[in-house]
Amino acid sequence: METYYTDLLCIGAGLAGERVAVEAALHGFKSLCLSIVPPRQSHSSAAQGGMQAALGNCAMADGDCPDIHFVDTVKGSDWGCDQEVARLYAEQAPIAVREMAFWGVPWNRVVGGKSTYYKGGKVFEKVEPKENEGLITGREFGGISKWRGCHTSDGTGHTLLYAMDNVCVQMDVPVHDRVEAIALIHNGITCMGVVARCLKNGRLRVYLAKATVIATGGYGRLYRETTNAVINEGNGAIIALNTGVVPLGNMEAVQFHPTGIVPPNILVTEGCRGEGGTLKDVNGDRFMPVYEPLKQELASRDVVSRWMTHHIRQGLGVKSPYGDHLWLDIRHLGRAHINSHLREVEEICKKFLGLDPAEEMIPVRPAQHYSMGGIRVNKFGEVYGLKGLFAAGEAACWDLHGFNRLAGNSLGETIVTGRIVGKRVVEFLEGYEVRFDTQVIQDAYNKEEGHIKTIIQRQNGPEKVFALRKILQDELMDRVSIFRNGPDLQKAVGKLQELYDRSDRIGLHSQDQGVNPELTLAIRFKGMVRLALCVAHGALMRTESRGCHAREDFPERNDRDWLKRTLAFWKEGDTLPGLSYEPNSRVWELPPGDRGYGAAKIICSEDPVVCGLEPGEPTAAFNE
Amino acid sequence: MARDLTFHIFRYHPEDPQSYPHLETFHLEETVGMTLFIVLTRIREEQDPTLQFDFCCRAGMCGSCAILINGRPDLACHTKTMDLPEEITLLPLPVFNLVGDLSVDKGSWFRKMNERVESWIHRDGSFDPAALEERMDNRTAVEIYELERCIECGCCVAACGTANMRPDFLGAVALNRIARFMVDPRDQRKEQDYFEIVGTDEGIFGCMGLLGCEDICPKNLPLQDQLGLMRRKMGWSAIKGLFARK
Ligand SMILES: Cc1cc2nc3c(=O)[nH]c(=O)nc-3n(C[C@H](O)[C@H](O)[C@H](O)COP(=O)(O)OP(=O)(O)OC[C@H]3O[C@@H](n4cnc5c(N)ncnc54)[C@H](O)[C@@H]3O)c2cc1C
Ligand code: SF4
Ligand code: SF4
Ligand code: FES
Repeated sequence: METYYTDLLCIGAGLAGERVAVEAALHGFKSLCLSIVPPRQSHSSAAQGGMQAALGNCAMADGDCPDIHFVDTVKGSDWGCDQEVARLYAEQAPIAVREMAFWGVPWNRVVGGKSTYYKGGKVFEKVEPKENEGLITGREFGGISKWRGCHTSDGTGHTLLYAMDNVCVQMDVPVHDRVEAIALIHNGITCMGVVARCLKNGRLRVYLAKATVIATGGYGRLYRETTNAVINEGNGAIIALNTGVVPLGNMEAVQFHPTGIVPPNILVTEGCRGEGGTLKDVNGDRFMPVYEPLKQELASRDVVSRWMTHHIRQGLGVKSPYGDHLWLDIRHLGRAHINSHLREVEEICKKFLGLDPAEEMIPVRPAQHYSMGGIRVNKFGEVYGLKGLFAAGEAACWDLHGFNRLAGNSLGETIVTGRIVGKRVVEFLEGYEVRFDTQVIQDAYNKEEGHIKTIIQRQNGPEKVFALRKILQDELMDRVSIFRNGPDLQKAVGKLQELYDRSDRIGLHSQDQGVNPELTLAIRFKGMVRLALCVAHGALMRTESRGCHAREDFPERNDRDWLKRTLAFWKEGDTLPGLSYEPNSRVWELPPGDRGYGAAKIICSEDPVVCGLEPGEPTAAFNE
Repeated sequence: MARDLTFHIFRYHPEDPQSYPHLETFHLEETVGMTLFIVLTRIREEQDPTLQFDFCCRAGMCGSCAILINGRPDLACHTKTMDLPEEITLLPLPVFNLVGDLSVDKGSWFRKMNERVESWIHRDGSFDPAALEERMDNRTAVEIYELERCIECGCCVAACGTANMRPDFLGAVALNRIARFMVDPRDQRKEQDYFEIVGTDEGIFGCMGLLGCEDICPKNLPLQDQLGLMRRKMGWSAIKGLFARK
């Protein structure tokens, strides 16, 4: 058995995983990251828009502070988030941004004096304060009240991840890339590491660690139309769910982004609207001002996506061989501005659509984008159910985002949780000794080996795994999507359960036992169906509309009955996840109320839970 | 009429003793907006599930998918079949170790490169969470980003005559990386320090200045400019060094 030992094992080498690894390394512990792809190709590199932090440096951010950031985040979440977490996050985001500057991110800076900007297609003037020249600047995003999207042109994720990985190189943190964790090693109480599969030669390995962090990103690829990378199939959540003791939180909370380009579903950044781009219909008319007079194109993502879908349903979409779409218009921003601030967008349009966004409008429609749900952790990133196991980033449900994530709050989350979880891991490692139970390790290894053998032996079994994956993606896309309703969700659950059955009859149609991509997918497929069932079943049970979860048959946000988070468990032998619920938040700094956009009826809580912290309890326990 | 496209794809699984390097032919009918991402995915899902290739973002942003397309290194995900003839040959990038078929091990290569050029900010002191960020001129920030847009796709390395001949050659990508740190005021390294890394035949003096690493770069990075600039700077630095020693 090829075995590696380390103090901290990070499954995932995106922003979240690497940030945790660096924290432990800074404190003298041995960290090691696993990744399916080379670290710099992780999906974090594709984020364009920016990360939110209340620095308050630029003119349009005057007076910004963590309090306002906190309020925006809680409203954005439609009161579905953990307010203690949102508070911690808002307080720490500025520190995290500055730390990344220290490590080399070339954030765009304030340029003093007059300049112009666009909003809703019109030009306005602003004057940047001379005294703030050279400090980190911000841009506007949907659902925020101050310009606090820190960015490097539109390559924010790229520069963040490169800086982070540079620190990993500097700190000698090894990244074993092309290695996929396929099971956690645990005894029901303590996590000891993982069984992993080398994607260079197909062989199994064991990684043993005192602390393990799952930072594997989202599960967007459960959907047919998604902006996510092809590797985002929910791996990390799968191996956590498979333990039977770890719950996933709010899996039904799946975000759609308004501007995926048609047909390839590649994202053009929210920065387009932030910089003043507008949405138009088949007649060339703007429609967002009609539905959302105040926030217009800059309402939060769930709201804009719904209105777009609604508008298309009214017959005002643009017909195309790939279905109806709408237009995103950034022509008025001018070539010079597009060339500098939205260059990736320009490149995407030219390369993938063969159009020049300075001359033509961009065909867009909402596409799956972000997984608010994930492995349930407490505010320190500790996973429920297993000791020594942590989770961070998009893979986790730290629950900063509740039922809708605001733009720029995910890059922020990866680095802020990275720091917080990293500090907790360090505390945990200090003085901690684990007994690696050889029997448990051998059993875990044998189980995975056996599972793979079974799949290989079912040579030419009746079901083809690529075809089954297609069915799964269609099912979620068509019935567990932007608008949801009971009958469709019920159908989806039935269909997925059928698929779950069929996944036992997958046969390989290839002999190759090495890296074979068919085998690689077959190994994780059953887990993908489990995740999909958590999404669909959770959505069926949640009989209200909150944030991205819009039930046509239950249009009200129901604070009376649903101010709570779904937890989904999977016990061996079950064909449906077991659901239970916990309160969204222990602390209610901001009582549930109207968001100010996306008008919806609210069924109020009879006993509005408004409470603060216990006297003497620190708000942000981790503030330096 | 939709074209019938013919793909000659390199096949070899080094881990499998039965496997040997050869080209295998596949056919697909062209569809509107077809890219090589669509092509390869469809071939794998419909014709041969063992076909190995890499994609991640499939949006031209992560650098995973670079291969040789009719002899030219480029990103497969942003290459449209429309811009290619009916016969298309796909090979893995040279220089890097082969994982299988079109897939090569770039992770190890780039990690080593980053270690060799010490691709991080060299500075004293540690981060002070209570302090305001250091100021920087926005023009400098933009200039750094211009050089940092490299996505480590490996195209320039694959296209480079020197890199193909000597495995220790750093390649244009590494010299561009050095340039990125040279313009960054936060990096306290001196010219001499950079010189020690790249002022050798494995670095700047191994470059023959002939081939088009710059023409090939899918991110249009100004690689030749950086090479020229570096060569001049390093040349001066070397001469200054000689005089200083006398
Ligand atoms: C197109 C796009 C644009 C975005 N733009 C923005 C933006 O402007 N602002 C913002 O705040 N957010 C944005 N987001 C969201 C944000 O980028 C992501 O949520 C965030 O980067 C996730 O980081 P992560 O570290 O959690 O995961 P990732 O960066 O996805 O990294 C996951 C890591 O886990 C590894 N991995 C996965 N499974 C396994 C396994 N089984 N074994 C071993 N390793 C594994 C992968 O190889 C990878 O290294 C965007 C997202 C998309 C899709
Ligand atoms: S110019 Fe230099 S680095 Fe670029 S391809 Fe030629 S030899 Fe290689
Ligand atoms: S410099 Fe250009 S070609 Fe070379 S690795 Fe970077 S992006 Fe690719
Ligand atoms: S898949 Fe990311 S660049 Fe092609």
